[in-house]
This record gives sequence, C-alpha cells and structure tokens, in this order.
Amino acid sequence: MTELLDTLEASIYLPQPARIVDVRPLTALEKLFTLELPRGLTLSHRPGQFVEVSAFGVGEAPISISSSPSRSNGTFELCVRQAGNVTGVLHRMEPGQVVGVRGPFGHGFPIEQFRGKDLLFAPGGLGLAPLRSLINQVLDERGRFGRVTILYGAKHPSELLFTDELAEWAKRGDIEVRVTVDRPDENWKGNVGVITTLFSKVQVYARNTVAVTCGPPVMYRFVLMELLGKGIPEGNIWLSLERRMKCGVGKCGHCQINHVYTCRSGPVFSYAEIKNTGLSEALA
Amino acid sequence: MGLRVIEKEAMGRFVASLQGQYRVAGPRPVEGQYIFADVESPDNLHLDYTQTVIPPKKYLLPQREELMHFQVDGSQIEPIFDGRPTVVLGVHTCDLHAIQLLDKVFSAGFADQYYRRRRENTLLISIECLRPCTKHSFCKSMGTLSATDTFDLHLTDLGDVYAVDIGTQRGEALLEQHAETRTADDGDMQRLNALLAEKWPHFSYRLDFDVSELPSLMRVSYNHRLWDELGKRCLACGSCTNVCPTCYCFNVQDEVDFALSVGKRTRTWDSCQLDEFATVAGGHDFRPTRAARQRHRFMRKGHYQTEAYHLLGCVGCGRCAQACLANISPVETFNTLYHERAGASKEKTE
Repeated sequence: MTELLDTLEASIYLPQPARIVDVRPLTALEKLFTLELPRGLTLSHRPGQFVEVSAFGVGEAPISISSSPSRSNGTFELCVRQAGNVTGVLHRMEPGQVVGVRGPFGHGFPIEQFRGKDLLFAPGGLGLAPLRSLINQVLDERGRFGRVTILYGAKHPSELLFTDELAEWAKRGDIEVRVTVDRPDENWKGNVGVITTLFSKVQVYARNTVAVTCGPPVMYRFVLMELLGKGIPEGNIWLSLERRMKCGVGKCGHCQINHVYTCRSGPVFSYAEIKNTGLSEALA
Repeated sequence: MGLRVIEKEAMGRFVASLQGQYRVAGPRPVEGQYIFADVESPDNLHLDYTQTVIPPKKYLLPQREELMHFQVDGSQIEPIFDGRPTVVLGVHTCDLHAIQLLDKVFSAGFADQYYRRRRENTLLISIECLRPCTKHSFCKSMGTLSATDTFDLHLTDLGDVYAVDIGTQRGEALLEQHAETRTADDGDMQRLNALLAEKWPHFSYRLDFDVSELPSLMRVSYNHRLWDELGKRCLACGSCTNVCPTCYCFNVQDEVDFALSVGKRTRTWDSCQLDEFATVAGGHDFRPTRAARQRHRFMRKGHYQTEAYHLLGCVGCGRCAQACLANISPVETFNTLYHERAGASKEKTE
C-alpha cells in the first residue's frame, strides 16, 4: 500500500481521485461524505489532520477528516458544510462520483501524550467534525484514558451534528456527554445556553486533564476562560483552528497566523504554544 | 577558472549564441520604465538599467501558471510543468538575494516541483550595482548590495569590458560554450577593485540602525500605533506585494472549457493586502483591517521570514515604496519604529 501523501512526490498540488461511496445528510447545511481512494492507496491519517478536496472545475477546499483512523476500513469520512463554491458543488454530488483528495495535512492531535490523562472535549457547532475523529479513536482504546467528558454546544437543535452517535456515546456509561443549544425548539429537553454554561456542571482533576476544543472563532476566548478557570494547564489545552488553507503545504500564505502556517504548524495548537510563541493572531 | 573578462562588443555574440539554446530574458525599456522581457536585440542589452517594475521572480514563479489539466469527472488528472531552459541576464543583487529566499521557501518541507523545475532550468547572470536604482533603494542597509552565491555568472561593468565572476559549474560551461572571454589581468583587477571601493558612498539612503536589529525591533513593535496610521493611508490595492521580489503568496483557481468537460488548475499571484485574503468560506475574515494587513506585510519582511528561513523578507529594492499610491515606505516605517523605540528607552533611562 502507498500512502496518499507519498503521491505528492510527483506534484505537491496534484490530487488523487476518490470515489464517493456514501452521502448522508446530517443537518440542512452539513453532509457526511464517505470516500474511497483508488486501490493501493491509503490515507493513513491522524485525528486532527485535514485533506484538500477538489471539485474539479470549481476548486479545492480544506476539510477536516471526521472519521477515526481506528475505523478506516479502506474509507474515510468528511463532514462538509455548504459554505462556499467548492462545498456547494460537493453538496450536489452523489455516490459514484469522483472528487480529488490531497493530504493528509497538518499534524494531528498528539494522542500519545493524551494517554493516561482525563479528556475533556468541548466542540462547538461544526467543531465536532474534526473532534469526532479523535473521540472515536479514544473510545476504541478506551482503557488507555482516564475520565472522558464531552461538552457539545450548537445554536439550535436542528444544527446538532452526529446526533445518533451522541446518543450512543451517552448510552455507553463510561463517558459523560452533555449537550446544549442556545435557542431550543419545543421538543428540546436538554440544557439551554451557550457551551460555557456546561462547564460548571462537570468536575475535573485539572492537572491530569487534557482539554480539546474546536468551534467558531468567537467561541475560543470564552471556552479558554472556562478551561483556564478550572486550572487546566495551558499546555494541556488543545485547539483546532480554522483558516483558509488554500495549498495545504505551507506555501500560499492564506492560512498564516503570525509567523507560522496553520496547514503545517497546525491546525492543532496547544494554548501554551499560541501564548508563548507570539501567535497573537490565532485567537483574533 | 578565475575571474574572466568579456569585451562589451562581444556581449551581443554571447547572447545571440545563448539564444540558440535558451530563452534569454533581460531588462528592456518600456514607456520610461524597465521590465524583464525576452531579449530582442542582443546588441542592445540595457545592462545599465535602473530597476524593473516587476522583479525577475516571474521567471521562477509566473504571475499565472498552469498546474494541471483534468477531466471534470475526475477520470484524468495530469500535472503540467514548464522547465524551458532560460537565462535571465542582468539580475541585480537585491533580486539575487530575493531568489535565495524563494529557493529556500520552495525547497523547504514540501518541495514545490513547479518552482524547482523552473529554477533548475534557469541560469542567472547578475550584474554588480554601482549606483542606486531609485531614491527608494536601500540595498546597502539590507546587506544586498553584493551578490549572493545564487548567481551562475556575475558581471561588473569596467567600462569597455565586463568582469565575469563564475558562480557555478553551469555558469562556467555556459561561458566556455558561448562566450569569448579572457583571463582578467592586473589592470582589470585594479579597475574592478577601484569601482567596488568607490561605489559604496553613493548608496546613502538607508536605515538609521543596523539591520541585524530589525527582527527584534519588529517583534517589540507589534502593537505600535503606526500600523493604524498606515492602515488609514493604505488603499489595499496590493501594488506593494505585486512588485515585491520576495512575495510569493498565491491563489489557485480552476477553469473549465465551454463544454464543462475538461479544465485546468492555475496558480496566480495573490496579495495579503487584499480584502479577502484571509477570509474562510463561512465568511469570517481573520485579518479584516488594513492596519492588520500592513502590519502582517512588514512583519513578514522584517521578522517572520527570519524565524522560518533565517533570511530577511526584505532585500531593500524599494519597489514597494516606488509603487505605493499612499507613499508607504519601508525605510520610513522601519526608521519611525526605531526612533520611537530608541526615544522611549531613552526616556526610561533618564
């Protein structure tokens, strides 16, 4: 088997064709695509990495990998929000059609460092898409981690992603799952409020806790205040940041945060790295 | 092979011979300015030009280039490379230094095969600068008034002859195959040394501090109010980055034929000064103000590139100041930051 990344030896911008195996609508705006690489090619990704997806004739967009390497089975999953030209076209595509894929890019979460620790996941909205990869990896080797807590917030119940999986995770009994929405509908029976309202409901042993968050730009400051307020060390707080990673290979400049390229040095950063190496644009 | 000498009257034959095997580009006057273009008349080389509007970078990273052709259904994807054998004649030393940075950028990490292919097939014949190009040139301050190892051949105008310094084996072979040269004699050496010693005082436009202090000056100036002032003046037109020899940010776009069956992916120069450079598909702009974008540009030039590549991101050519419609100048920007900083620390000690 050849790793997809090795195909870039011919050209770092050359995508490989990937066949759409399945398309599952998750919300009005998000679909989950299952993709299959040509025979002999493997994605070999880490949770937290992303791929560049081509809709040929329209362009390329960076999409985080939503499936866990522990469940690859020859395919991988991308949760795609309809937000621009490329994703708009992807949303109109069907199983059997072909997209282009390059990657995986960025370095993922340092999962080796997380083993033996308690894990607190705090995704907001579409931020669950990249964290789902890590969460399922952790659940597939559940015994190697301490307490696992998931705090998930969305604006509206109709915008919650992976609701079936959230229900399964909650049923397991060996992890704590709390979900909140800002604007409930008449059927909503859960917590109401932004994601930060969940933090007072969970207890952590701060020094042994790794927190992982991803969400819209406005969310980070408030989640960080909660995490730091609980005493979680800065080096134990991990953020996955969204940027315009146009090339994915550290050249085009669009995803730059101060002196680093998000596509190469991220998209996963620890808060300690952001704070201590002058990445002041990271939380802008 | 030591220092060689070529008669000026032999240059035309040299270039004409090169043209048999290479695309030869050099400075050409157009409407009172210079550009790099294919040499049309080898007997009229304009090697005493001042400065080209666009740097020779375009031969390595064209304003627009095709990366690949594809079938829209994904059934075929073919990369396209352009490695035409090219000689760029008359490269100034600031632009040589810029190419040195680009070489690092496009070779580090994921090596960019498109740039590398062009670079490997391009020979650089540079020329010693004896006078400043424009009133904005501050190459002496930036340490770019002498050539780097990037050249294949380096010329110095000694009057009726050029001294030819050989930088690479490729350059040496080029000379042997295409040029009539002789070994430099004592007289040539004396003239060369005199010229090189005499040229420095002519480059008087400069930073008020040593360039080695620039990265740390920029680091402590991140929150300076000057960025807001520049932001108010900046028109966000992108002229500064368009003419910059060290800027390499790009955009990638797809084009399709009228039948929507085949298409191509192209790369074009982009600019961090433009409105939507850092905007993601959802609409959030991570660098929404002109002040933040000007700061980003100057930080890249004076600080960030030293972190990433151990080279400054500015070579002091002054093209950005020449092109700026709002008179934003790197020397004035850097000097203002320096004097305010020096003034501030002076107050502190008093």
